[in-house]
Amino acid sequence: MRGDARSMTWTSPRTPAQAVRALAADPRALAFAGGTDLMVAWNMGLLNGRAVVDLSRLTPWRMIRASRDGLSIGSLATHAEILRHPAVRARFSLLADACATVGAAQIQNRGTLGGNLANASPAGDTFPALAVYEAVVHCLGPEGRRALPLLEFFAGVKKTRLKPGELIESVFLPSLPKPARAQFRKVGTRGAQAISKTMFAGALWLDRDGVVADVRLAFGSLAPTVRRLRAAEAFLKGRRLDAATSAEAAQLLDADVSPIDDIRSTRAYRLAASRGLLARFLAGR
Amino acid sequence: MGALTLTVNGRRRTYRGAAFTRLIDVLREDFRLTGTKEGCGEGECGACTVLLDGAPVNSCLIPVGQAAGRRVETVESLGSPEKLSKLQQGFLDCAGAQCGICTPGMLMSAHAHLKSGGKADDASVRTALSGNLCRCTGYQHIVDSVLAAARGKKKKASRK
Ligand SMILES: Cc1cc2nc3c(=O)[nH]c(=O)nc-3n(C[C@H](O)[C@H](O)[C@H](O)COP(=O)(O)OP(=O)(O)OC[C@H]3O[C@@H](n4cnc5c(N)ncnc54)[C@H](O)[C@@H]3O)c2cc1C
Ligand code: FES
Ligand code: FES
Repeated sequence: MRGDARSMTWTSPRTPAQAVRALAADPRALAFAGGTDLMVAWNMGLLNGRAVVDLSRLTPWRMIRASRDGLSIGSLATHAEILRHPAVRARFSLLADACATVGAAQIQNRGTLGGNLANASPAGDTFPALAVYEAVVHCLGPEGRRALPLLEFFAGVKKTRLKPGELIESVFLPSLPKPARAQFRKVGTRGAQAISKTMFAGALWLDRDGVVADVRLAFGSLAPTVRRLRAAEAFLKGRRLDAATSAEAAQLLDADVSPIDDIRSTRAYRLAASRGLLARFLAGR
Repeated sequence: MGALTLTVNGRRRTYRGAAFTRLIDVLREDFRLTGTKEGCGEGECGACTVLLDGAPVNSCLIPVGQAAGRRVETVESLGSPEKLSKLQQGFLDCAGAQCGICTPGMLMSAHAHLKSGGKADDASVRTALSGNLCRCTGYQHIVDSVLAAARGKKKKASRK
């Protein structure tokens, strides 16, 4: 069956408190941001009869605010707004690059960061960048506010630790020194509008003598949730980046990820392609 | 069920019905603006592209409630059969349309790209149109059409 518009109830709260109350009052109610995930499900007839709480009038939640401490991105900021924001481009370029690969222009103009996070797809393209930046997800619910580190926000495939009635308010990226190297790469079936088979974000800081001072590596689509490569990171720290070190680091990928065979790709391809992405990043290509 | 108003192609319009009705259905069924086409109904093909406050969006993924108080432009705003816009003329001159089902969406994406000062080179136009699928032309003629229209505009601008 197709979606039936008349079966849906619709409210457009003007304040976050009203939105939280509306969601808490009805456990089946749906928070609705840009709708690029929800409308696909609705068009297939999967959401008929539900109450919809439209978040789009909560305009303060669209704001992107830069400060010395970091950058706060409202949950309703769209991928297009994020990728064009000067502070995102200058200080958190991995996120700008990731947002530029979400769908195409039409999806980027509607899809929001909060929706991407709450949808919690293993292939959410913003997650590796957010994992590298050690983002903090700020939530507002019936019991008030709380902050969750990104890696704790996800509970599994399409599952988050949001409680009933709880909404994402904003995402905070703490300031960090400018990396010597930063790269986002996505591998999909075609250039645009493709769900990732694997995607990578990495940032690297070098000492004056070329030794790795710090490194953060993250992959998406290789596990139920986004993963940091703890083993490879620990191995690389304090070493000089030569071909042997890079090759050995790429072999440590398996320690932190567990890709599967599915309709989009295979475990073997995902591992091989991901090792390639990692090796290229470490080689500075 | 209530009434909501939106501005469509410069005219204020009122819609009475369910707020969750898709914008594409309101445009086509209620306002009789049938230029906007539905291909996939899931955000993949871009045939339903319209501009919402100036930005290209898929009208199959928008409940009309979210368009309340906002500005919508459809392909009907570009030109008329008697007086085509430069972009529409470009598609005619360069064979940018075959069966035509993707054309309204292509036109709206290209229009948004050029109007917002997007670059008139092959790569930029292809990126701007990457959310629009065409099963007929192989895309080259579409890109040529957009570039021809953009160059026409540039020439005119440099003459004055
Ligand atoms: C054609 C197409 C291509 C796509 N391509 C990509 C891609 O390349 N990469 C990618 O990562 N995604 C892609 N997506 C998925 C989608 O566009 C993104 O996940 C987008 O960021 C979702 O945001 P939204 O605002 O549209 O979410 P919505 O559809 O409004 O909501 C999604 C989910 O999040 C919940 N939610 C929304 N906002 C909040 C909030 N503030 N607090 C709590 N819960 C909330 C909703 O209840 C719902 O469960 C694509 C989708 C389509 C249709
Ligand atoms: S009909 Fe809307 S994107 Fe295909
Ligand atoms: S002209 Fe037929 S789909 Fe593009």
